[in-house]
Amino acid sequence: MYQLTGVTKTYKKGRETVEALRGVDLTIEDREWLAIQGPTGHGKSTLLQILGGLDKPTSGSAVLDGQDLARLREGQVTKVRATSIGFIFQTFNLIPTLSAQENVEAALVPQHIHPAQRRAWAAQSLIDVGLGDRLRHLPSELSGGQQQRVAIARALVKKPSVLLADEPTGNLDEGTRDEIIALLEKLWKDLGLTMVLVTHDTPVARRAQRVGLMRDGRLSIEQDTRGAHQATVPAGQAGPGSQSPQP
Amino acid sequence: MFVTYLVRELRRRKRQASFIALGLAVGIGLVITVTAASAGVKNAQSTVLHSLYGVGTDITVTTAPSQGSGGPFGFRVRGRAPTSGARPKAGQKFSRDVLVTGALGTLKSSAVTQIAQTQNVTAAAGALSATDLSISGKVPTNTGGGGFGGGGGFGGGGGGGPTSIKTNTFAVLGVDTSAGRVGPLSSDKIASGRTFTAAEANSNVALLDANYARQHKLATGSKITVGSATFTVIGTVAEPQGGTTTDAYIPLQRAQSLAGMTGQVNTIYVAAASAADITAVQQAIQAQLPKATVTTSSDLASQITGSLSSASSLAGSLGKWLAIVVLIAAFAMASLLTMAAVSRRVREFGTLKALGWRSRRIVGQVMGETLVIGVVGGAAGIALGYAGAALVSKFVGPLSATPGQSPGSASPGFGPPGGGRSGGGGGFGGGFRRLANDAGKTILVHLNAPVTVGVIVLAVLLAVAGGLIAGTFGGWRAARLRPAAALAQIQ
Repeated sequence: MYQLTGVTKTYKKGRETVEALRGVDLTIEDREWLAIQGPTGHGKSTLLQILGGLDKPTSGSAVLDGQDLARLREGQVTKVRATSIGFIFQTFNLIPTLSAQENVEAALVPQHIHPAQRRAWAAQSLIDVGLGDRLRHLPSELSGGQQQRVAIARALVKKPSVLLADEPTGNLDEGTRDEIIALLEKLWKDLGLTMVLVTHDTPVARRAQRVGLMRDGRLSIEQDTRGAHQATVPAGQAGPGSQSPQP
Repeated sequence: MFVTYLVRELRRRKRQASFIALGLAVGIGLVITVTAASAGVKNAQSTVLHSLYGVGTDITVTTAPSQGSGGPFGFRVRGRAPTSGARPKAGQKFSRDVLVTGALGTLKSSAVTQIAQTQNVTAAAGALSATDLSISGKVPTNTGGGGFGGGGGFGGGGGGGPTSIKTNTFAVLGVDTSAGRVGPLSSDKIASGRTFTAAEANSNVALLDANYARQHKLATGSKITVGSATFTVIGTVAEPQGGTTTDAYIPLQRAQSLAGMTGQVNTIYVAAASAADITAVQQAIQAQLPKATVTTSSDLASQITGSLSSASSLAGSLGKWLAIVVLIAAFAMASLLTMAAVSRRVREFGTLKALGWRSRRIVGQVMGETLVIGVVGGAAGIALGYAGAALVSKFVGPLSATPGQSPGSASPGFGPPGGGRSGGGGGFGGGFRRLANDAGKTILVHLNAPVTVGVIVLAVLLAVAGGLIAGTFGGWRAARLRPAAALAQIQ
């Protein structure tokens, strides 16, 4: 479970001080799916990075399962990332020189797993996302959707409790977007993940249990369907008024 | 994963990696070539010095002859004098064979013992450098202005009928038969026969320079005349190319006896306990023998001129600095290109950090890549260095070394004639110049640039250092990346 209390984040941009987060309070339950929307530059990605231990808040606390990520030493945060948190990025961020299987294996390197075991787990993870026949392919030999599937396999191969996705469908066409979201939703359910998904895409966001809106560094919860989560439907079939919020 | 990732990454940027490796290779190759050339020049210098000095000799002790002390050109030859009290008659036949000294002053043999007992001296040996002079012919009918005395001289000053007199000279060196480690014979190799034994200190046995023996059709078992005494040739010695001009070696005691210089030597060869002791030993000997000239091998080396000296300066200054500059440039280029490569991989490293890779693992990956580039560059550099050294050996012609002239120079026969030439305006022509001729004589040595194990080790160390330096800079850049900043840069 995440517990964010009074999280602020300021940084210098030239001579200006930018307040990316202005006192965010947020609780994310285990196995919850939270989508965060908001205009560009209003703090969505900064919040996700603090949740992932990739950045530290200027003030406040970000507690994950009893550990305040803001107070842990870098090595300890790295360990948390290596074991408990999976990341998915908009641009996939696969290592271009490594095959799909090797990219997935890279997520297991910090855990010092035997190479043979590592390869087996990576292969199984790729099979789970429907890429059992693409193990040896380089990222450049895969489509955008396939690359994002590899990234999902990489994020989940270590069996994390948390999956953080930053615009995972931002670089995909509509059809592929639906496939990826359907896959993520299935994995969220099957694996019991806590999933935080940053997106501009309202149809995607509306599939989450809760939707938060980031504006000027402040977070407000716009939708909460916990306990009455809708059945899985293709994201493209979401109802009217599903426009992405504009900056 | 480490190796796979490393190899794939290097393959991906093989042009850049090749460029860095090539830069390191050129730098390392240049270092090897210059080091090899420098070693070659040193070897050549050693060859020259050893040929003059003898292997193992660190110091020589000589004295300048006192003015008018009996240079070789007067007819104050020691040994048998001309017909006492009577001038030879015109047309009278004569034949003389004498052993003369004079280019160097003399030292008492006891000085050898004294020096041998000096602290940090491991060996000392005396030698007597002389010239065997044989003259035969008829006394000229008109001796006006000439004669055997001081004023004229054979062949000079209007002495009569030079064609009626034949002269022959060869250089003789009396050596201590018991001094194996130090002395002029120590650098020579026995070409045939054998060398002296300690028991032959007073025997009429001789070693000949192999070239001299060949020219005069002499061999082991032949007989030669030295100072009117007959010597049996027991062997020939091959001197280094362009070595000393000694034609015959005889036991020191026999040389002293024949030259009328019993108990005297004119050069003492000294070996110090270590190179670090040479200066102290030099000072100690100088204190014991204030009038002597005490010369070290480095003193002698500094007197050598010619292309060998130029090559030494070139290798020691220009070559060394060129290699250092190129190496620094190669290291700097490798570091900058590695940092640039790391900058281009910000997203990659940010992602790896997000996956839980520790900074040191990423730094290790970067350093591994640069280390491989360094080792490849080192291997190519060694190949280039070998090629460069081979080219130096092949295309640099024989180097000339001309020993300098200084009063009382330590090198046997290298000093000026000093008080000699008391024969005034005349002189014996060619033969007697030999004593002075070593000074100014040009010795040719072939430059061979050896690539030693030490140089290879140096190259490997440089390659590793180059890789580590580049990797350190690149790794430092990678380690400083905050994952959030790295990911933010591209999103």
